[in-house]
Amino acid sequence: MLGSGFREESIARGLELGARLIGCDSGTTDFGPGPLATGRSQFSREAIRRDTEVILTSACRAGIPVVIGSAGGAGGDLNLSWMHEIVWDIARENGLHFNLALIHAEQSRRSVKQLLAEGRVMPLPAATPLTDEAIDQSLHIVAMMGAEPIMAALDEAQVIVAGRASDAAIYAALPLKAGYDPALCWHAGKILECGAAAVAQRAAPDSMLAVLHEDSFDVMPMREDYRCTTQSIASHTLYENANPFRLAEPSGTLVTQHSRYAAVSDRAVRVDGSVFEPADRYRVKLEGARLAGFSTIVPGGIRDPLILGQLDSWLGRLNENLRERLGRTVGDEARYQIEARVYGRNGVMGSLEPRPWVEGHEVMVLWDVISDSQELAHSIATSLSHMAVHNPIPEWHGLISGVAFPFAPSEIDRGPVYEFHLNHLASPDSPTSLFRTELEAV
Amino acid sequence: MRKTLAETAKLIRSKNAGPFWLTFDVMFDDETVYRRVRDQGVLTVEVVSRLYAVPPDQVLLFTVDNALAIKASIPRPQSSGSALDTDVFGGQQYAPLLDLSVELDGQGEAARH
Repeated sequence: MLGSGFREESIARGLELGARLIGCDSGTTDFGPGPLATGRSQFSREAIRRDTEVILTSACRAGIPVVIGSAGGAGGDLNLSWMHEIVWDIARENGLHFNLALIHAEQSRRSVKQLLAEGRVMPLPAATPLTDEAIDQSLHIVAMMGAEPIMAALDEAQVIVAGRASDAAIYAALPLKAGYDPALCWHAGKILECGAAAVAQRAAPDSMLAVLHEDSFDVMPMREDYRCTTQSIASHTLYENANPFRLAEPSGTLVTQHSRYAAVSDRAVRVDGSVFEPADRYRVKLEGARLAGFSTIVPGGIRDPLILGQLDSWLGRLNENLRERLGRTVGDEARYQIEARVYGRNGVMGSLEPRPWVEGHEVMVLWDVISDSQELAHSIATSLSHMAVHNPIPEWHGLISGVAFPFAPSEIDRGPVYEFHLNHLASPDSPTSLFRTELEAV
Repeated sequence: MRKTLAETAKLIRSKNAGPFWLTFDVMFDDETVYRRVRDQGVLTVEVVSRLYAVPPDQVLLFTVDNALAIKASIPRPQSSGSALDTDVFGGQQYAPLLDLSVELDGQGEAARH
């Protein structure tokens, strides 16, 4: 992952071994909807710049192409232009010259509405059908490109900075162009996209090399102290995929059920037997983020065993009192949402917790107030914290202070908060029609 | 001899599979142990459905022989990073799997608790 780091020697080692491409994934939904919603990368400019500088200077020296996918954290236009600036800075400072392709993946609301109107959008499992209203709420929408836009750009440019892209397509595009078996290209890409995540024991992120043959490929780590084992490579198809046997790409599905993994040394693994089933219809994934509101949080600890023994009813009474008060001050209940997460009960797992009760001698309640403005969220949070600290229990007669706030003021404004709200597939006119490529000489 | 899944697996983990799904990987380093767990039905659609209170038709379950792994996936109750989400990476959702019980001698039925 661009910005998470790798050793410079590892890239050098890959080049010595004859690497024909340096690829790096730069985006993920792991950090939530923020990077797409705001255009801001999770990793800092300095971290991204360092990794990109090593990649660009090494690739220019070796005369091989570079593909960076899902640029700037989420691959929207804001993310892409941020990455574009970094690439120019590095080129200027290092005196590098290359043809650059920028591939845009951001989709206008209008064009997604048109796809919807033409019946070309379908929900993924567990999603509901897309609506015009949901499209209108989107701050940014991206389509996830397959290999084709990258393959086309490789004809024109040495350095390709792509918006939202299938992680595996970053690595699959070049060998697909060269005519290698798609099953090998996609499977190798799938392993490379997480770098050294597929080694047996990873100390820190680093790079990996895949060598493609006619009917198999070998993968090996570039750090001398890392090892790939047949199990570490086989099990990588499990990582962050819902289904380990069928890995969907826009142009088809990589089927790994009958893949074979064999050690070719104590560090490298040979893979064959994978199958690529071409799709009957080309489909790209759409991702979108919208504003969920503005959040103010209040953390508070509780230690009194009498309160802990009746925590659910204590929280219930607090909620009733608070809503009665807000009924008079705010009015419309649709303007706010109040959630109490109880750490020490089910703060980590929420509704998935099979043991949703307090077993320890203290809990932390993390209240989250989300409203349509920061001012209102903050104002509700101040009412909440005041009511919470004095919320009575029948066992104590008189005014109590039943919550230990660790901070003063107790309310922390979090600013705008976002959510992913698109989980759909779109069938475009062609594999490249949703993705616009800009070429420049750097 | 009975042991827990936590004592027999080399790795039990959970993680987002995209922002709308959670996935669980239970991995072994011993093929015999893996086969016992697999064949005793220690981790099945029904077990995941019960532990996480998710309807069985929403649970995906896979046994991956070449990785000595059993994998389950369920939809997330909320999308990753949304207002009510409690675990942005989905990385701390595996604890209920740890105490599942495995019979390591022979092929006895798994006791579920």
